Amino acid sequence: MEIISEYGGILLILACVFGFFMAWGVGANDVANAMGTSVGSRALTIRQAILVAVVFEFLGAYLAGGEVTATIRKGIIDADSMQDSPELLVYGMLSALLAAGTWLMIASFKGWPVSTTHSIIGAIVGFAAVGIGVDAVHWEKVGTIAASWIVSPLLAGSISFGLFISVKKLILDTEDPFARAKKYIPYYMWMVGFMISMVTLLKGLKHIGVDMDLGLGSKFANALPVSALIGLVVAALGSLLLRRVKELPNQEHRFANVERVFAILMVFTACAMAFAHGSNDVANAVGPLAAIVNTVQSGGLIAAQAVMPWWILLVGALGIVVGLVTYGWKVIMTVGRKITELTPSRGFAAELGAASTVVLASGTGLPVSTTHTLVGAVLGVGFARGIAALNLRTIGHIFLSWLVTLPAGAGLAIMFFFMFKGMFS
Amino acid sequence: MAGSNPLSNLFGRSPIGPIQEHMKVANDAAQLLPAFLEAAHRDDWAAASGIFDRISEAEREADKLKRSVRRHLPNSLFLPVPRTDLLELVTIQDHVANTAKDVAGLMLGREMQFPEKLQRRLVEFVMSCTATCEQALVAIRELDELLEVGFSGREVTRVEGLIKELDKLEGRTDKQSQALRARLFRVERKLYAVDVMFYYKVIELFASLADSAERVGHRLQILMAK
Repeated sequence: MEIISEYGGILLILACVFGFFMAWGVGANDVANAMGTSVGSRALTIRQAILVAVVFEFLGAYLAGGEVTATIRKGIIDADSMQDSPELLVYGMLSALLAAGTWLMIASFKGWPVSTTHSIIGAIVGFAAVGIGVDAVHWEKVGTIAASWIVSPLLAGSISFGLFISVKKLILDTEDPFARAKKYIPYYMWMVGFMISMVTLLKGLKHIGVDMDLGLGSKFANALPVSALIGLVVAALGSLLLRRVKELPNQEHRFANVERVFAILMVFTACAMAFAHGSNDVANAVGPLAAIVNTVQSGGLIAAQAVMPWWILLVGALGIVVGLVTYGWKVIMTVGRKITELTPSRGFAAELGAASTVVLASGTGLPVSTTHTLVGAVLGVGFARGIAALNLRTIGHIFLSWLVTLPAGAGLAIMFFFMFKGMFS
Repeated sequence: MAGSNPLSNLFGRSPIGPIQEHMKVANDAAQLLPAFLEAAHRDDWAAASGIFDRISEAEREADKLKRSVRRHLPNSLFLPVPRTDLLELVTIQDHVANTAKDVAGLMLGREMQFPEKLQRRLVEFVMSCTATCEQALVAIRELDELLEVGFSGREVTRVEGLIKELDKLEGRTDKQSQALRARLFRVERKLYAVDVMFYYKVIELFASLADSAERVGHRLQILMAK
């Protein structure tokens, strides 16, 4: 108790610094994965990609990021077991942030594919199980999270597979693919708008204290018509943009015109992807920060039900934006240059599949890895015979990184945990 | 540091472009044959030798492309069509370039000139052979469109049509080579025996050029079959 009251200010400052460090790492590395595909398929320029990422990452974090933040803040650790020594929770969350941020730096330096989500979960479980006790961890929740890491790429793959098959049947494999593309693409745009507003309305708004009630009974029934309407607005906006795409004569590549229409759609899915990423991955930095702030502000009482101060989400969102602007754009450029095999008609299917899955996971409060979900989605398009060549070895590396990151994050967190404990006690 | 990005290494290099390029170069070699024949007929062996060099160069370029396709198709790639079929396709395309070089090399080495009586038919026959190669290239040019629609539907029907045309052209070369041989058979007693042997050989090589071009189409059919 006295430690919290004595060092409260310092601990808070440390928490903000480490939280910002972690958010910076997420913005610098992870966002590039979400945005690289749009740049690679020439749907967006680097500048536009950064602009889209900044705006929609922020919106995603702010409007739909609350649920995952809550999971990381209080879902993984049993707060009751720490009532007697709240400072342990503070040390633990500090070390989790520092461990995950450090691991992210090391991995980026070494060129290993790594997931921000996996490192923070590994770090939290690590410090709690070793530093406090095996009983301090909600193992069934951790099991659910681990299961979602398997399910999310599979689900994203299935969705993108279905989307690509539908594009093939409705648009590409027809007499006049260009006209068909202009006709059907607004429907896909509607899907993007509907999905994002659905999750925002159902799960996001309560975290920032807005309540919406049309008096239709359930929350779900309230959200449906509003989301459908927002989807229509998005589709209408898209149709306006589509009008500007004119068919150019091109005998050499008959589908070049069709791809130009899809590029417009990809701008929309890129926004969805940034939103999805913001809604899920910001929590990796913000969750532990919120736990510390709550504990310190309540003078050592671990309030599992405490409301989250709105400015915390803001710190996370800002950290991501700063990471993106200072370093992330370089990564986007590198990725974008390398992904030339993903034409807009494929890129859209992959991104929409991944974004839907991630947003769905955010709604249910499950932290998933955006990158791995996107890889699953790309594989789905590959299975639909949509991609010229996929590197199976890389896919193997990515799956391995899941396993390696967990003990690495845990090990670092345990080290930092005992370091902080020694410093303050 | 940006190498940490798993997505940037996720995609293998598309084999489609290089395969199309390979067929284009192989066809370039074949398309030089009528000019070569014409120079040989004029007894202008300096010009013929120059054309042969260009054919050799195209053949070497084709070999380079072939090796590059093979190198970029490791077993660790996940492709929309079977890897073996793609490799087989490149091997057959390479036959076109090799045969073109063989036939020109043989004629140049022996400074061969066909009897005047056969000349007109020979030129028609060779024109048909090169048209067959050209048609094989037209079909292979559709590979990227096939990939775009995931090797299914209308595009497949379209390519089937192109392959049918290819078969027809190859059928024509068969008939022409038969007629040419029959003609040669009737006059062969009056000619120098060793030359006659090689006349038959050259006709056979031209026929095999058209045959390879047709087999490119058949491989493409196998690729499209589910």
